[in-house]
Amino acid sequence: MIQVENVSKRFADVQAVKDISFQVEKGKIWGFLGPNGAGKTTTMRILTGYLPPNEGRAMINGIDVSTDLKSIKKIVGYLPEVVPVYSDLTVKEFLRFVAELYSIERKRIRFAIDRVVEKTNLQAVYGRLIKNISRGYRQRLGIAQAIIHEPEVLILDEPTIGLDPAQIIEIREMIRSFKDSATVILSSHILAEITQVCDGAVIIKEGRLMATPTRDEWGKNLEIVTTGMAGDTDWSDLKQAFPVISEVRAEGQVLKLEFSETLNDFNKIIKYLIEKDIRIKEIKAGLEALYMKIILAEEGRGS
Amino acid sequence: MKNIWTITKKELKSFLYSPIAYILTSFFLLVSGFFFYNILAWANDQTMRMMQSGYGMNRININQMLFEPFFNNMTIILMFLLPMLTMRLFADEKKMRTEELLLTSPLRLSAIIIGKYLAALIIYAIILLLTATYAIFVFIYGNPELAPLLTAYLGLFLLGAVFIAIGLFASALTENQVIAAVISFSSILLIWVISWVGESGPGAWRGILTYLSFFSHFKNMVSGVIDTQDIVYYLTFIFLGLYLTRSVFEFRKWR
Repeated sequence: MIQVENVSKRFADVQAVKDISFQVEKGKIWGFLGPNGAGKTTTMRILTGYLPPNEGRAMINGIDVSTDLKSIKKIVGYLPEVVPVYSDLTVKEFLRFVAELYSIERKRIRFAIDRVVEKTNLQAVYGRLIKNISRGYRQRLGIAQAIIHEPEVLILDEPTIGLDPAQIIEIREMIRSFKDSATVILSSHILAEITQVCDGAVIIKEGRLMATPTRDEWGKNLEIVTTGMAGDTDWSDLKQAFPVISEVRAEGQVLKLEFSETLNDFNKIIKYLIEKDIRIKEIKAGLEALYMKIILAEEGRGS
Repeated sequence: MKNIWTITKKELKSFLYSPIAYILTSFFLLVSGFFFYNILAWANDQTMRMMQSGYGMNRININQMLFEPFFNNMTIILMFLLPMLTMRLFADEKKMRTEELLLTSPLRLSAIIIGKYLAALIIYAIILLLTATYAIFVFIYGNPELAPLLTAYLGLFLLGAVFIAIGLFASALTENQVIAAVISFSSILLIWVISWVGESGPGAWRGILTYLSFFSHFKNMVSGVIDTQDIVYYLTFIFLGLYLTRSVFEFRKWR
């Protein structure tokens, strides 16, 4: 359980985070969403105890980050944006070092290393020097070091940045599997990633909290941008084919669907539309529509 | 204690895997060997003359004629080389962004600092030990006194330990290794020569500045005199260096 209450952080000349509050329940995966420089990393660093907040409280499992840092550090696993690895060590030596940092008992170190190596698929590079392993392996090693002490809370700063599509999917699968044992917070500016992996999102911009939508909210609607005018087509058959669709609206080129329950997989609907020879230009899952509304509306107001 | 050793072990590994430790050791031995040979040749020459002329025979002393000037020269080499040994300790962590790993681990900040300090100290001790081979040759062919030699080595070790503490602090200030080396070298040099200013200054200052300088404290030990005052001076300096390093991290959190 992660609780952030009215947290603010100032650096000499910048207000990095301003009065942010949100809550993540145990066993959930939550996404941090926002443009670059929005304060995602700063908020995560506050949760790991790397930076103290100027105001407000951040608590993990009821422990205040400002008062009992040592307990916090033991239950939090952290993958910073730049993977913190020593390139002159081998994968094995590095994991051993991290295990010792977290005071894992000597006789359990071997077991802990084997566990994370298997979990993150590092077997192939186990004995190699870190400077010689590929970007994808480096990122996996970063995740391995974050979970070696079986943390209750896992904080991942841009875990899929710079990876190729196959690697991204692999990492996402891995993150999903952590759900059983830990509460996870991850940051990303890829909307699809948050939509697919997370149970909820914290949208921040310029250090301020904009919205905290949950999967239930964004999983209930879908926007499909077509090449033609959506209003010209008769959509009544769509509702019959998919009883889960509660409402169909056509606005210009956009077809807006609402569902009676949360839908995780839109593939069948998309396939149906393609078979009907509808030309699809863009698909916006609920979160994307919401995010764009928030970010663009703000920018519109500013200019 | 175990935590400190975790860091020390990792640092020693990094030292041994990188060429820095080997190159520093080789050059240290090369330069100090050159000095040793020259001073030995000079001492030999002087002794021969004294024996021939019979003048000043009672002043022939291998410790004073060979080891004292040798150790004085060695301090100059240390002033140049030790900043290069310490420059990467924290600067590199910052540059490679691995600092976040250490600072978000349950390890205490002081354990990290002491662990790194010990690693550099161990490397330095090994280098120093290697120079003892010169002394072994002198023992084989002559009969110098052991006690003043050991005192001088203790002095040299403590002096280097202070240089390393200063270097560690400088390394915590920046992510650029060259800047760290420049800061530590300049600081060491300034503290070394501060007594020169003292000599020409008014009475009260002369005392304080002479006390602050490394020079006056090293002089005693290299001539074989152990004074607790000197030991306290060195230990205070080491503590101060480590404490200031810690303050850098505390300060940065709130910056």
